[in-house]
Amino acid sequence: MSKTEAESGQQDRGGPGQPLIIAKDLKKHFPVRSGLFSRRSATVRAVDGVSFDVMKGETLGIVGESGCGKSTTARLLIGLIELDEGGIIFDGDSLGGDIGLKELRRGVQMVFQDSYASLNPRLTIVDSVAFGPKIQGLDKPAERARDLLARVGLDPDRFAQRYPHELSGGQRQRVNIARALAMEPRLVILDEAVSALDKSVEAQVLNLLNDLRREFGLTYVFISHDLNVVRYISDRVLVMYLGEVVEIGPSEAIYAKQAHPYTASLFAAMPSMDPDNRTEEPPLAGDPPNPIDPPSGCRFHTRCRFAEDVCAARKPALSIIGGEEAHLAACHIHEPGSGHSLANREAAQ
Amino acid sequence: MTGTPLVEFNGLKVKFKGERTVHAINGLSLSMQAGETLGLLGESGSGKSVTLKTLLRLLPPRRSEIEGEVRVNGTDITTLSGRALSAYRGGEVSMVFQEPALALDPVYTIGDQIAETVMRHKGVGRFAAMEVALDMLNRVRIPSPERRLKNFPHEMSGGMRQRAMIALALACRPKLLLADEPTTALDATVQIQILLLLRELQREFGMGVIFVTHDIGVAVEVSDRIAVMYAGNIVETGTTRDVIKNPRHPYTRGLLAANLHGAVKDERLDAIPGSPPALEEPPSACSFAPRCAFARPQCLAGLPPVTDLGAGHSVACVLEQPAFS
Repeated sequence: MSKTEAESGQQDRGGPGQPLIIAKDLKKHFPVRSGLFSRRSATVRAVDGVSFDVMKGETLGIVGESGCGKSTTARLLIGLIELDEGGIIFDGDSLGGDIGLKELRRGVQMVFQDSYASLNPRLTIVDSVAFGPKIQGLDKPAERARDLLARVGLDPDRFAQRYPHELSGGQRQRVNIARALAMEPRLVILDEAVSALDKSVEAQVLNLLNDLRREFGLTYVFISHDLNVVRYISDRVLVMYLGEVVEIGPSEAIYAKQAHPYTASLFAAMPSMDPDNRTEEPPLAGDPPNPIDPPSGCRFHTRCRFAEDVCAARKPALSIIGGEEAHLAACHIHEPGSGHSLANREAAQ
Repeated sequence: MTGTPLVEFNGLKVKFKGERTVHAINGLSLSMQAGETLGLLGESGSGKSVTLKTLLRLLPPRRSEIEGEVRVNGTDITTLSGRALSAYRGGEVSMVFQEPALALDPVYTIGDQIAETVMRHKGVGRFAAMEVALDMLNRVRIPSPERRLKNFPHEMSGGMRQRAMIALALACRPKLLLADEPTTALDATVQIQILLLLRELQREFGMGVIFVTHDIGVAVEVSDRIAVMYAGNIVETGTTRDVIKNPRHPYTRGLLAANLHGAVKDERLDAIPGSPPALEEPPSACSFAPRCAFARPQCLAGLPPVTDLGAGHSVACVLEQPAFS
């Protein structure tokens, strides 16, 4: 694997200032069909105008509740589902124009939550790991697979010929990580990749992910609902609600002070871990609304305690928070002149 | 607090037979008082769900072997059968499951399901039972309860279904509520609502609660006491404060570190190596020793002795023996 660095050096086209991946105004709407002739009766606006960049070597954490579109965003990034609108630019090359899916997937790989469902039960794990390189015509796929298994902590002499059902959940997830790395990708998308693991095993896998990132110079998009895990692994955090970005910024900034009321509620919903200081009030009432028919204006206004007329009427734009250009939130409170009664106070500060 | 404990396990052993023998519970002893909330904390395969199922007598009788005593309010429940068992289940003890969508019956309305239980256990008519059902939906704070009584489970959101499940479980005012990971399938902002609801209802009804979870944060939020399980036995038990602020068993400490609360970015995590044992044989030594950073020869020589540290805090680890301190 010693060639990897040199190879990815060659692959690096735009230099360190060029984001590794740019997602531009991604949109994906799923039709809901019903009735005798499967007529389109409604639309799930799973991802509705999501834009962000991921810089080379950084880890971007994506958080949000079920139905917020975080997994759909991940699948759009790697081309597992087709975009309705918007574009993806991988190190300066636009998908569909300069590069095709096959080239994109050499550079971007993904690890899924369900370690068992994502492995072919009829392939030994060494064959699973070698499958991608074989298809892409890389040399010595089997040897490469054994090296990778050793690297993720599975002794190839003991494990290579086993089938997925003969491994524990933690071991299977290591196989999935090895398989993702077999393509020598530059970006790895981890979609709730440690969520199904027991806590003690999760910590082992997080250590492994950190080691691999340093060793292979990887960039991660890390999707999770566990804010403690996201804080530990991410440089920047993106918060989604009902298919939209509500806040994005450096992890320290967001963990120190959440600008969007939804982000604040999400953080307040974390268990306190202090028996003397338990949570007394739930930060939000009710469940997240259905993305089939999202609320008008700011989609969070139906659950927000600062909501005013302007929030239902007009959709807020992402605005800079606290003078830090990297930290953005989409809330009328932070948009000077939006008409929200708290907006001017914010501007005066 | 003297008097009969609400729940008392005495040397409980559960073994599953079949293609593979699994020693799921290995000599578990534990007692809990009425009106107390006990958090049973452990990872998958530690035996926490089996413990709950034993309490509700839900284990398949032909494939499981149960040894030892399980007393609820002084009665040995391992020998209950027929009517006594039916009255015990749902009347004295009831359970909230992880997946309300699977636990509720899809073809009956929420109101019908709650009323059926009440009619069965309280011997009242359908009209009175529906009144109880409506009162329960109010108590679990389901908005517009009259309308929701007529809803089928699929017409409700996940959080709402879990509230309905809790209403069903509490309709007959059980003395003991068993909660098996009731918030694991829920979103974070809904999870905290359900946890606070359970805490409130526990206070209101004064029932005992055994709350099974793999999430320390959740256990801290609801329990008075915590028992940490590993490989079918309890390795540490004590008040929530003692277990969180002064954990003594190396496994408990490892779990706390793995929660990542306050972990520093890019600093290596203090992860417990390896994975839990398969339990094909009953343990003859400390089950955690192969993964433990502090293991000594004594750990492999026999089962670890339980040391009482006072105030109900006890630890099953040789390092707590006076010879080591």
